[in-house]
Amino acid sequence: MEPVNTITGTMVPLMRPNVDTDQIVAKQSLKRVDRTGFGPYLFYDWAHDSEGEPRTDFVLNDPAYRAARVLVTGRNFGSGSSREHAPWGLMDWGFRAIVATSFADIFRRNCYKNGLLPVVLDESAVKHLADLAQEDPTAEVVVDLEAQKVTAAKLESTFEIDPFVKECLLKGLDEIDLTLTAEAEIARFEDSRPRYKPSV
Amino acid sequence: MPATLLEKIWEDHVVQRVAGKPDLLYIDLHLIHEVTSPQAFAGLRGSSRRVRRPDLTLATIDHGVPTIDRDKGIQDPLSRQQIEALETNCLENGITLFGLNDPRQGIVHIIGPEQGLTQPGMTIVCGDSHTSTHGAFGALAFGIGTSEVEHVLATQSLLQARPATMAITVDGNLPAWSSPKDVILGIINHLGVGGGIGHVVEYRGSTIEAMSMEGRMTVCNMSIEAGARAGLIAPDETTFSYIKGRPFAPAGDEWDAALEYWRSLPTEASAEFDREVALDAADIPPFVSWGTNPAQSVPVDGAVPAPEDFSDPAEQEAVARALAYMDLVPHIPITEIPIDRVFFGSCTNGRLEDLRAAAEIVRGRKVHPDVGAMVVPGSTLVRMQAEQEGLDEVFTEAGFEWREAGCSMCLAMNPDILQPGERCASTTNRNFEGRQGRDGRTHLVSPVMAAAAALAGHFVDVRELVDS
Repeated sequence: MEPVNTITGTMVPLMRPNVDTDQIVAKQSLKRVDRTGFGPYLFYDWAHDSEGEPRTDFVLNDPAYRAARVLVTGRNFGSGSSREHAPWGLMDWGFRAIVATSFADIFRRNCYKNGLLPVVLDESAVKHLADLAQEDPTAEVVVDLEAQKVTAAKLESTFEIDPFVKECLLKGLDEIDLTLTAEAEIARFEDSRPRYKPSV
Repeated sequence: MPATLLEKIWEDHVVQRVAGKPDLLYIDLHLIHEVTSPQAFAGLRGSSRRVRRPDLTLATIDHGVPTIDRDKGIQDPLSRQQIEALETNCLENGITLFGLNDPRQGIVHIIGPEQGLTQPGMTIVCGDSHTSTHGAFGALAFGIGTSEVEHVLATQSLLQARPATMAITVDGNLPAWSSPKDVILGIINHLGVGGGIGHVVEYRGSTIEAMSMEGRMTVCNMSIEAGARAGLIAPDETTFSYIKGRPFAPAGDEWDAALEYWRSLPTEASAEFDREVALDAADIPPFVSWGTNPAQSVPVDGAVPAPEDFSDPAEQEAVARALAYMDLVPHIPITEIPIDRVFFGSCTNGRLEDLRAAAEIVRGRKVHPDVGAMVVPGSTLVRMQAEQEGLDEVFTEAGFEWREAGCSMCLAMNPDILQPGERCASTTNRNFEGRQGRDGRTHLVSPVMAAAAALAGHFVDVRELVDS
């Protein structure tokens, strides 16, 4: 994973609550066996009409937002399925951070594993950013992971993040490598497992 | 300190605890399927890592399989590629696969319990959010993404911060024809679709205790629809007698040892939860969802709400959007909504008990001529058992299609999908936009409510149908 530091860029406002992973990445893309190439499927049914033509009224299709790096959205973003294809699609499109008042648990964890930063801010801060992006697509936001701070015009807001997750993101650490350093502990645990536990 | 069920399971699985880091938890059982595993195996290959415990890993094929004409093979080239990838990955890594021709094939969350692999006090993960189903046995079971699938394949463990605890207590007798599906729809309606975020829910109370294992699985299955990380129910005699004698259940001395441990698991009387919620079963009639998330539901004798019935402006907007998608106008009674399709199945309601309950409604009656109805058993063993009991004939004589086992139209990754504009009464777990097919409209209901709707061509209060 690439280390995550400060993310500077413009924003896309998508102020709907409970955006589920079925909407984030269309099911037809779930049949792929790779981790890349999901960008064209991002919000597919919202972004395309029933003939497959791009809908000009959908914010992600607006050329003014095409260079954005931060998605500003409603509460409980990423609810539903565990499909990691959702963060893969968001990153393929170009997003590096998502700002919302809350995230679904599995989605949030999937983001961390891929270096996509979910940022929880309070309702007024999220609304401020969404309004800013709505009024001016070129308005920039700075998400500083090290300082746990979001800065934009007339806004400076801090956010919480688990210290271990933060360290993994800042250093681009591979969790599997970290866990494999506990090989002796895992082996010891396995030796002590009760015999009645099933094996296939 | 008095501990909850979650805390006990958690402490018994900590491999390593280091200050400032999440606990490293051992995983007793890892279930995999064709959709969320290929990239994980590719990752292992790329880093020359091996599968640590193939003997604690079980694979099946469920998400993309057709439910008809399987002898002709998989027609969809992408689904076939995924299934072949799983077959190769299992073969190369020594993982047992319940493949298409195995009578033990089925939806991953149906086959674990069916085989006796799901047992109290275990940690179980799968790259699927409905892994919460297994919590019905008092196992800590939760969905993970593909990166975590790879982590578990490589290390048989996961780094996890302990979630908060929530107790949901349901006491009393359910009204006639109300089912475990209605209990969980009622709970999600009460909590809201994000109300369980960050929590593991333990369901308790006399209503839960009175449920069969199948009913408990329906409840735990949909924990994720309230945003909860997992659902749990304390193991009891109902649990033990369900497990005993199944293929992977402990036997002899090991059964006694297991039973002693399982009996030690329930939450202690004075243990505290971070949050507690109580519901009265008498207040839980059959529910029907009207919107595009599983919290958007009302009792069957209610009506579709209006945006102005909600106070939060964001919620008002979301409700208006849901009503537009669902092509519903405010205030029409639920029982006046006509349907085009009925889907029976899924890890929520695709078990034998569900089919039996629905068959009782359907027996000797006919599906409405304007309705296309389909039964997809949750596993091949469920299908075979139902056929032994003659349930397939009850359904087919009424006009239902009787299919082979898989996830099918619950998520519509196989050829079973709604056409644009079609409205479906479904025993599944998600009514998201496009879930069962682009521009399809899903209403979540219990098996008996789906059966009653199939006969009438619109939603009906199953209590009235049976009385007539």
